[in-house]
Amino acid sequence: MESSQHRGASPETQKTVRINIYRGDAEGGEFVEYDVPLVEGMVVLDAVLYVQAHISPDLAVRWNCKAAHCGSCGGEVNGRPKLLCKTRVDDYEGEEIRVSPMRAFPLIKDLVTDVSWNYEVARSIPEFKPAEKAPFTMYEEDVERLYEPKRCIECFLCQDVCHVLRSHHKHPAFAGPRFFAKIQSLEMHPMDTGHRTEYLKEGRGGIGFCNITKCCTEVCPEHINITDNSIIPLKERVVGDYYDPAKWLMRKIRGRRNGE
Amino acid sequence: MSLAAITSAINRRLPWWAGPIAIVTALTLFTFYSLWVVFFQSHAATYQTPEGINYLSPFYSPYIPSPWEWLSPAVFILWIPLGFRATCYYYRKAYYRAFFWDPPACSDDAQRKEPREPESYRGERAAPWIFNNIHRYFFYGSIIIVTFLAIEAVLAMFPVDGGFALPLGALILLINAILLGGYTFGCHSFRHLIGGRLDCYSCFKGGGALRKLYKGVSKLNARHATWAWASLFSVVFADIYLRLVIAQIISDPILFRI
Repeated sequence: MESSQHRGASPETQKTVRINIYRGDAEGGEFVEYDVPLVEGMVVLDAVLYVQAHISPDLAVRWNCKAAHCGSCGGEVNGRPKLLCKTRVDDYEGEEIRVSPMRAFPLIKDLVTDVSWNYEVARSIPEFKPAEKAPFTMYEEDVERLYEPKRCIECFLCQDVCHVLRSHHKHPAFAGPRFFAKIQSLEMHPMDTGHRTEYLKEGRGGIGFCNITKCCTEVCPEHINITDNSIIPLKERVVGDYYDPAKWLMRKIRGRRNGE
Repeated sequence: MSLAAITSAINRRLPWWAGPIAIVTALTLFTFYSLWVVFFQSHAATYQTPEGINYLSPFYSPYIPSPWEWLSPAVFILWIPLGFRATCYYYRKAYYRAFFWDPPACSDDAQRKEPREPESYRGERAAPWIFNNIHRYFFYGSIIIVTFLAIEAVLAMFPVDGGFALPLGALILLINAILLGGYTFGCHSFRHLIGGRLDCYSCFKGGGALRKLYKGVSKLNARHATWAWASLFSVVFADIYLRLVIAQIISDPILFRI
């Protein structure tokens, strides 16, 4: 891919860092080099915002809190999904820095992608069906497993790195790791009466496409153990409902007894 | 700097293909070693040392005599632990990445090397990988194997002429049984069966105990990959050690005797 070069105004004595930012839209684009004054503790988003403020005002980047809480500034640094606000420039000392948009989603402009597909998936998940009307009493030991998936900030880096979406483009048939974490929080809720294994196996969930290669867990900025604590427990629930021959036989016997 | 931070820093510096190559090498060597045991070592099963210690290699435990001279007794046993490892959630990750490059690693340049075309990718929805869903049945079989391995290790501490002894071989077998136990009882399927399948522990009598068991298994499960590799190496090491003792290349020292 071609690249062009821009230099930011900086005093002669100040150290600079060279950063390559993808510039383009759905039609195509290229990496453009920028020299940015290096400040101690600087994160990649600082460098991008410097370029936007001083060199190229038309650079598009989505960001909000700059504190790794809102999940807006997801992108890729050297081909790895990262929150730009949480990625320190000095982690890449001696390396080239290439900042690009998330590849699993359609590009709008520069570093901004259209992540609305995720909201469509969210709407397709069978909703929370409480056994009784809220407010209800729940105990710590029953809800402690729900804290972890609820840390999700919906940055969609896990969706971006997942090869089922990124390389195989299974968007119409696969929900992705973010939504497996969401489904886990619903499925394991002590007050929920809903069933989602059919959605996971036969429906939009498509959990069988996941081959548990753990890239989602590796990139999660909230350190949610998506694979071990969300995906595999859900796969095991699907096994129980669809693949376990002993359970299948027990259901048949019970069904016959109940006249089904 | 924490160990995790150091590991993460090393991983980031290593090229993406370093992990897959290491896993391919280790698993290929293990597979060839297992095949050698199954097809070329039909006799090396039980052995009594001059000190009266009875040994049985972990590859042959529990011992089922083979009706044919040419067929190793290991054939009747090895399919269980091999099936358990082949369908294990950790090893699945390892071999999908290392052998099938599906994907080979998480970075963009590694994922671009994934050979499968999007239209031909079916994940674990179709044969052969759909059969990984029977993992829990191999887990049931592995409980029997691990129990026998622990019994064999303890029996090796009681020489035929009476008393109690701790030979190095028995210690190796005991460590091997512990490592295999840590791997087996940290299994994701067991974690599900023991408590992960439940949504409410406080709703029935005994739920609190199941929750405690679930949390214990979860602790083992958090290091499942470490247990997997440690037990893989220990079982091979124990087998090699016993073969060297049987061939009288090395002696089996008695660490203490009562």
